[in-house]
Amino acid sequence: MMEQKKPVVLELKNITKNFGDTKVLRGIDLTVHEGEFVTLLGSSGCGKTTTLRIIAGLEYPNDGEVLLEGKPVKDLAPEKRNVNTVFQNYALFPHMNVYNNIAYGLKLKKVSKSETKERVTKMLSLVQLEGFEKRMPSEMSGGQRQRVAIARALINNPKVLLLDEPLGALDLQLRRQMQYELKKLQKKLGITFIYITHDQEEAINMSDVIVVMRDGKFEQAGSPTEIYDHPKTSYVASFVGSANILRGTVTSIKENTAILSGSCGTMACKTEQYEIKEGSSYTLAVRSENISVWREAKAEQYITGTITEKSFVGGMLRIVVTLEDRSEVVITRQGINFFYDIGEKVCLEWAAQDAVFVDMEGKQDEK
Amino acid sequence: MKNKKNLWGLCVMPLYFFTLLFILGPMIYMVTVSFAKNNGGAYGFTWNFTLNNYTKIGDPIYLQCFIQSFKLAFATTILVVLIGYPFGYFMAKLSPKGKKIMMFLIMVPFWTSSLIRLYGWIIILQVKGVLNTALKTIGLIDKPLKILYSYPAVLIGMIYALLPFMILAVYSSVEKMDWSLVEASRDLGASPAAAFVTVTLKLTLPGLLTGVILTFVPSMGLFFIADILGGNKIVLVGSLIQDQLTRGSNWPFAAALAVILTILTSLMIYLYRRITHVKDLEGIF
Repeated sequence: MMEQKKPVVLELKNITKNFGDTKVLRGIDLTVHEGEFVTLLGSSGCGKTTTLRIIAGLEYPNDGEVLLEGKPVKDLAPEKRNVNTVFQNYALFPHMNVYNNIAYGLKLKKVSKSETKERVTKMLSLVQLEGFEKRMPSEMSGGQRQRVAIARALINNPKVLLLDEPLGALDLQLRRQMQYELKKLQKKLGITFIYITHDQEEAINMSDVIVVMRDGKFEQAGSPTEIYDHPKTSYVASFVGSANILRGTVTSIKENTAILSGSCGTMACKTEQYEIKEGSSYTLAVRSENISVWREAKAEQYITGTITEKSFVGGMLRIVVTLEDRSEVVITRQGINFFYDIGEKVCLEWAAQDAVFVDMEGKQDEK
Repeated sequence: MKNKKNLWGLCVMPLYFFTLLFILGPMIYMVTVSFAKNNGGAYGFTWNFTLNNYTKIGDPIYLQCFIQSFKLAFATTILVVLIGYPFGYFMAKLSPKGKKIMMFLIMVPFWTSSLIRLYGWIIILQVKGVLNTALKTIGLIDKPLKILYSYPAVLIGMIYALLPFMILAVYSSVEKMDWSLVEASRDLGASPAAAFVTVTLKLTLPGLLTGVILTFVPSMGLFFIADILGGNKIVLVGSLIQDQLTRGSNWPFAAALAVILTILTSLMIYLYRRITHVKDLEGIF
């Protein structure tokens, strides 16, 4: 994790949660600093929503502790925690107009009418919904409702704002725009955001810290750069930015560069902080954009395969090369020009610093 | 498209005729008869216009009847709300299997005639009945309670008869509740009680208000419960109308009573809706 000067605002300590026989969370530790934008990233069912609900107080953990500004809050009811949530379906009160929805928290606190009005007006301008006071939630679009949900949560000045896939129901274009606006809002207000998504792009675009979750555990936590460039596990590498996962046995190590031999050729990889042993087998990850393709090998280490697929996706050319052991390697290129055809045999190479060793945890322990 | 719609509209025409003939028709007949002159004999009246039937209702004996009916209807409705709302609420929160069992238990009594079920209440409430025997056995009372043929017995009978409608009306609206709204309200600082009042109650109000109408309107007319469980002590408008139709042989007066009852009940519903501002009453109106 990055070094932070700001104080810790939220801590989760060894949280476990079972629903019947299903272990949803298997011991989670998290430290969040003030003003951070933390994203819990993972596929559905990994326990990210449960984690959020435990922080909000809507779910009670089987074990572990939740600390908010240093105070244990596990036994505090949700209304007693200085935390607010933007729900996945927004959960706007259908029987109240926008004004009353946003003012709800203030009314409960018996804030005076004039102050309520002032703060609601401020919130509405913050989320760019001036003039919408009288509208009912049913008369609004998804994007507008979501802004109301954010305003309704933010008006209470929470220490931490929890957002459960708030952009999930919006179309792609609106989602991109809202990503930008949310991030801007968070920076402006300086409030800690804990954000849930299964979309790696969203996570990379918005977060200070990404926590990749899998099967009720944290797989890796770090800045977007760390997660992207130095994935610790093959799951993180393939989930964030879909890297290629390859296996091989180390044959030699020279100047921090390990040479591995796999079933389809030889591969180079920087050893970095790991202690790599000759003769052992390892897993490494290589990003699709870092692989170069040649008819004749240019480097000393390369693997060979046959091009089996070429498609143009999201402004990128996506090429699939099938290796002799039937595994597939995905390569991406900018633009549409690519000089090789389907069925051609090619050599794939990358610079040693573009590959990283993954799944090292168990291996390091062995030493 | 428009033509096709009209064609389908034609198909339901028989229903309109049926409604006109068998609902509106008798109503018009009833109103007309209420202005006719009674001539004593068995079910006899002559078509001479008179307002006597209406002025007769002003008689304190009959006015008392109306007041008693309204009092009973109000008491019944309030008690049915107090029992029925929590019942329907918690029923909607049961497991799917629990809901099915509950629903079954609520429906079972409807398989038996309501008259026969009322005789069941006599067996329970009478001096040497099930209730008194049970209370005596566990030593709660020395002398048997005289519940039967009293106001409480009528109230019990009314609640018993009308409670299922309230339960089902509340159940259906609680069942539709989006519970994430309650979570949102707690999250925004509401105590469980505040969340209930500002969110759950507000959103299930249509069901509750429907239940109120389904309870109040019939309770104005359920005369046989008062007759069977109240002995002759409690005379409701319903009993009075029935009495005038049969033993009293005064159809015009019975009709006038029925017209007034209908008008008063409609007025109540109108006022009620003005006060509650609920436009969408779960299926009715």
